[in-house]
Amino acid sequence: MTAGDICTHRLSIVTGHYGTGKTEFAVNLALALAQEGKPVMMADLDIVNPYFRSRERRQMLESAGIELISSSQACSDADVPALPAELLAILENRKVRGVLDIGGDPVGARVLARFQPKIAGEDYQLIYVLNANRPEVKTADAAIRYLRGIEAVTGLTCGGIVNNTHLCGETTAEEIRKGAALAGAVSSQTGIPVLCHMAEAQFTNQLSDLREPVFPITIRMKKPWE
Amino acid sequence: MEKELWKGNEAIAEAAIRAGCDCFFGYPITPQSEVPEYMSVHLPQHGGVFVQSESEVAAINMVYGAAGSGMRAMTSSSSPGISLKQEGISYIAGAELPCVIVNCMRGGPGLGTIQPGQGDYYQATRGGGNGDYRTLVLAPSNVQETVDFVQEAFDIADQYRNPVMIVCDGLIGQMMEPIEWHPIPKRKLPPKDWAATGRKSREHNNIINSLYMAPEDCDRHNHHLAEKYAAMAKNETRWQEHQCQDAEIVITAYGTPARIALTALEALRAEGVKVGLFRPVTLWPFPERALHNLAAASHVKAFLDVEMSSSGQMLDDVRLAVEGQKPIHYLGHAGGVMPTVEEMVDAAKAALKEVK
Repeated sequence: MTAGDICTHRLSIVTGHYGTGKTEFAVNLALALAQEGKPVMMADLDIVNPYFRSRERRQMLESAGIELISSSQACSDADVPALPAELLAILENRKVRGVLDIGGDPVGARVLARFQPKIAGEDYQLIYVLNANRPEVKTADAAIRYLRGIEAVTGLTCGGIVNNTHLCGETTAEEIRKGAALAGAVSSQTGIPVLCHMAEAQFTNQLSDLREPVFPITIRMKKPWE
Repeated sequence: MEKELWKGNEAIAEAAIRAGCDCFFGYPITPQSEVPEYMSVHLPQHGGVFVQSESEVAAINMVYGAAGSGMRAMTSSSSPGISLKQEGISYIAGAELPCVIVNCMRGGPGLGTIQPGQGDYYQATRGGGNGDYRTLVLAPSNVQETVDFVQEAFDIADQYRNPVMIVCDGLIGQMMEPIEWHPIPKRKLPPKDWAATGRKSREHNNIINSLYMAPEDCDRHNHHLAEKYAAMAKNETRWQEHQCQDAEIVITAYGTPARIALTALEALRAEGVKVGLFRPVTLWPFPERALHNLAAASHVKAFLDVEMSSSGQMLDDVRLAVEGQKPIHYLGHAGGVMPTVEEMVDAAKAALKEVK
């Protein structure tokens, strides 16, 4: 199954509780879509996190043919909550596939509110990334609270859940399966479908029993000793 | 025990709550703002008090007051904010009050950058405040250690009636890592019979103060503090050695650079280079004796000190400990640029080449 089959809408808007791995998913999704021959534009709209943002992977993304838009290039290492004007290009140019990497929590998702009327008129999917090892979203109720909070501040409707349950270098297939159960519980209570389970290549063949597709990823947001 | 994925700064706050922190006073600054943010939500749920103060100066003085009344009090900030707290830290040390201070270091001087830094080593170990005082300084290099140290810091502070500082660079505060919550070793702590909690039936007033009008009294007080610091140096000095048994070149580093050095060790060992890592875990007290002894070992030919600092600050302590026994080289970056594995590998090889 291709990334284009998993995320079928023109705009993939990646949100979630912070620290769930939104950026890892967004970067991998953009790279996969580009590899499938789609014209991809990516926007780093994280105004919450000062580190580990997709703009740190500018070179990698651009060499894959992805146009990366982030807040002022000159201030790319600052925590200035300013949004790039070029963002409108993604929203208006219907020839491109857009991946929007949003900051964590309802606080981070607030940046989208200003563009709500524009986004609502496009073929978009608000994606909720879930990691069952993050203590504040480890129960279905708590995860749904964050999900509804993000919907409330953005005025957009969530259309898909991505299970990104991991423990950095200590991830196992069991961890991913644990996350699949949580994602399933959130899905059955909300009616929002689980789009995929993120997994590094070494786990994919251990997860063939999962109902939803496994999205193979390569860790891109590395720490300096990795 | 089940592992969870925590962001360093949130984990610091949660660890403090689990350690029985009663009061947190702080002010936002990148890259540590998640500490007060998490505290503001969770500390009151545990019956504690959170105040976002009007400034860092106010926050540390609130800590002074709360600690003086026997509360477990804490503040956190990042480099420029820690600078603002120095006067209060000196007063707290002078008044012999326990508290925990977290510095999630960023690039400096001044406002510097919001990226990770280690330019506050002098400030943490020498004191930015006035007078003959010391703060015990713990320097974790991963999130698990950070949560363990934060919990222990409250006990250490209570045991010695002294501020304890945790210095982690911005990367540790911002990164996500799996951790587990396990109990920390319990210490026998003295009762807080000095706390200003109202006189009630006590025969005397408990007075919290750092002012001594008579020079002789102040001299006596300073000597009493010095004895306490000597006891802390004797009991609390910590360090780690990795593959130092046969090392010809020893990297000295703390915090994130020590973490990067471990990967450099793997790369160098794979090439047959005998390399080790000496990591001070307490920056004050500095593991002077252990490093001195390592320098005396005949297999050790040279040292390479690596810091996120332009020309090195811990380097001074390394020099004091090595005492000229072996040459010391330096590799450092400032302003948020982190030394890379490749740079460490090259610098270690170059240092060895000079002595071989």
